[in-house]
Amino acid sequence: MTDDRNGYPGNGNGGAAGGAAKNRLAEIAAGAVFPTETHPELDRETVVLDVQGFNLFYGAKQALYDIRMKIPKGKVTALVGPSGCGKSTLLRSVNRINDLLSTVRISGDMLLNGDSIYGHGVDVIELRKRMGMVFQKPNPFPMSVYENVVYALRIDGERDRSTLDEVCERSLRGAALWDEVKDRLHESALGMSGGQQQRLCIARAIAAEPEVLLMDEPCSALDPIATNKIEDLIEQLKGEYSILIVTHNMQQASRTSDYTAFMYLGRLLEYGPTATIFQTPHLRETLDYVTGRFG
Amino acid sequence: MSADPVKPAPFARTRTRARTSLFAAGEPMVWLTGGGLVVAICMIVGLLGLILAQGVGTLWPQPVVEVRLASGARLMGEITRTETYRTGDGRTARRRLFRTGNFELTNEHFTWVNDADVAEESRPEWAMVFERMSWGRFYGRPKSLTVEGTVTADAPAAVWAGFARVHASVSDRREVRERLETEEIGEVNRRIEEARLAVRRAELRDGRDSPAHAAARAHVDAIQAETKAEFDRLRAEIAALNGHNAKFSIRVVTADGRETDLALADIVRAYPANRLSDGARWSLYASRWREFLLDEPREANSEGGVFPAIFGTVVMTLIMSVFVVPFGVMAALYLREYAKAGPVVSAVRISINNLAGVPSIVFGVFGLGFFCYVVGASLDELLFAAKLPNPTYGKGGILWAALTLALMTLPVVIVATEEALSAVPNSMREGSFACGAGKWQTIRRIVLPRAMPGIMTGMILAMARGAGEVAPLMLVGAVKLAPELPIDGILPYVHPERSFMHLGFHIYDLGFQSQNSEAAKPMVFTTTLLLILVIFVLNVLAVQLRTRLRRKFVSAVF
Repeated sequence: MTDDRNGYPGNGNGGAAGGAAKNRLAEIAAGAVFPTETHPELDRETVVLDVQGFNLFYGAKQALYDIRMKIPKGKVTALVGPSGCGKSTLLRSVNRINDLLSTVRISGDMLLNGDSIYGHGVDVIELRKRMGMVFQKPNPFPMSVYENVVYALRIDGERDRSTLDEVCERSLRGAALWDEVKDRLHESALGMSGGQQQRLCIARAIAAEPEVLLMDEPCSALDPIATNKIEDLIEQLKGEYSILIVTHNMQQASRTSDYTAFMYLGRLLEYGPTATIFQTPHLRETLDYVTGRFG
Repeated sequence: MSADPVKPAPFARTRTRARTSLFAAGEPMVWLTGGGLVVAICMIVGLLGLILAQGVGTLWPQPVVEVRLASGARLMGEITRTETYRTGDGRTARRRLFRTGNFELTNEHFTWVNDADVAEESRPEWAMVFERMSWGRFYGRPKSLTVEGTVTADAPAAVWAGFARVHASVSDRREVRERLETEEIGEVNRRIEEARLAVRRAELRDGRDSPAHAAARAHVDAIQAETKAEFDRLRAEIAALNGHNAKFSIRVVTADGRETDLALADIVRAYPANRLSDGARWSLYASRWREFLLDEPREANSEGGVFPAIFGTVVMTLIMSVFVVPFGVMAALYLREYAKAGPVVSAVRISINNLAGVPSIVFGVFGLGFFCYVVGASLDELLFAAKLPNPTYGKGGILWAALTLALMTLPVVIVATEEALSAVPNSMREGSFACGAGKWQTIRRIVLPRAMPGIMTGMILAMARGAGEVAPLMLVGAVKLAPELPIDGILPYVHPERSFMHLGFHIYDLGFQSQNSEAAKPMVFTTTLLLILVIFVLNVLAVQLRTRLRRKFVSAVF
């Protein structure tokens, strides 16, 4: 984590509105917590995922501070912020993949379509079946393309061949991969190119018709052409799926997302429509970050 | 590497750079590491070369040499070894070890002959080598052949031709007799034994003089009466075969002029060593290899084949793998996938690694004490009480040997499996969990297939170690001569309680326990060669399997 107390130049020519504290970043580094600057446009959206005062600790170290955000339904929400700001941690908390680490503690809760995620007695496995996740590096399973796509159904005990076939085709079409792999469905998925593998992972994630699709820097391991394809795909998936995407790439965030959340050192600083965040954010720190002055 | 000299340095240098040192350039290290490899390769190639050279030549038919010594004595035999030695007056001299055979006449299988004592040396045309069922080889000139009780030939060439004509039929009769003795009489004996066991069982269950007991005893009597006729018939058949074969013999003159009749039924193979064409030599060589690979041993294992040992080794190794792989994989799965890392897990892991360093004989002692005397004895009490005090499972056997070796090789499998499991990328596990899979579903569908090649590596290592192990086997079931194979055509076909022969133990037995050690010595190399080949074949099969799995699961092209 960049502990950059003196690194922020603090020159007032950022032009951002609002009387933000001059050294907000330094204060955050010193431990302050500010309420999130949430834009009013978000209140008009239907909420699919509601994060309610979520805190997360890795051992004694706090990684997320009182995150409150409502992820809108059918939209693409991008999480941006400098390395180590907790974007991925937040994303991985949504489907409780972080639970696998024994040192993680949390407080607060999230609601997926009104159902508690961290409440007592929640069946994590059932919960994860309601979400899909795409990882930084493509991680196809060591099996055929077909079996990769229908994996979620297989572990759900689905045996009906026609259902599986149908889901496989629909998901692969959804991931814009069908035409490329329809003749090699039963070959190993490991022989495909990186971009194809990542689209296969997207197909796998959408096969179970998730209520929210989590994407953790899905293009960071891909070349520009494959990245373009994935971005086009995200564009197509918009509306049908609610997507929460972590990205390092500002252009990607501005191109693909409807809403953008800016995180810094475990805090959610500003959250609003992408156009606003990238052009006239309420906080000067957000503008500095999205224009590349720091981070 | 030094900086580009053309461009001016962007900032002032504060330290003069040393010239690239020898170690930085790495040249000496290449030689050092390469030298280490060369030494290792030399040792391996040397060992394999020695075994190969010695092992391949053992069965090759050698010429027979006759020598007349200065003392007037005559010797005939194959030269097996030549060495130089220092005589009393300091000169070096050469002496040769003759395999002279004819044990029943000379009480010796081998004789040293000093070159200085040799007055005359020749390769007599009609010197013949007789390989026999017992007493080792016989060297001599054929004098006459008796067929069906009458002398039919009295010149060497005619004797040899006649021998070649009738020997096959004599051998067939001998084999029929052996089959009658082992299988048919064995079958009859088994029936009687079965009836006796039924009596004993009835006695144990219902008490002496109970109706069931009486019925069982009546049954024994009936069986005995019934089998007596069968017995007599078989005996008569055997006697007839023996009587017929007794009419075939060959009269042989040894080098020192003594005449002996050799029964043709006793002769496994005979050949005029100095008259063999190249083709005949090769076919003799092939027939000896066939015998070596497919027949049972004779002459206290120093002659004949090692088939039971090959069979025992392979079966034991396979049974061992069947036990060790599932258990090792389960243990490794728990350690790597379920257990929370902590001092206890570390302690368990260290203990497992230490277990790999325990001398194998300790496992043998444990196997004998636990499997044979505790588990086996309990099994006997429960299931085979009627046979007691004769143990069934309460002694060494192929099952206990396999279990002992499984225990011994367990650490190998666990360590290899753990390595393989930890090499499965966590991203795959996370991907599976993110799809809503449970822990076991993830292990079964993602982790295990992906780790399978590594697990196979563990199995290969375990097999290589287990197949070559001897010390513990001496305690838990490997024997010098096992009359029956652990798998055969007699119900229930698989007999895990039987003792077995093992190539490794066979090598030890040949080399150090044989009465005729000089004759057994070359067989040590041949058997070693065979053991290495068996292990090699088992490994090649496992490696092929692994390659196929790897192609299927791991070839992540990116």
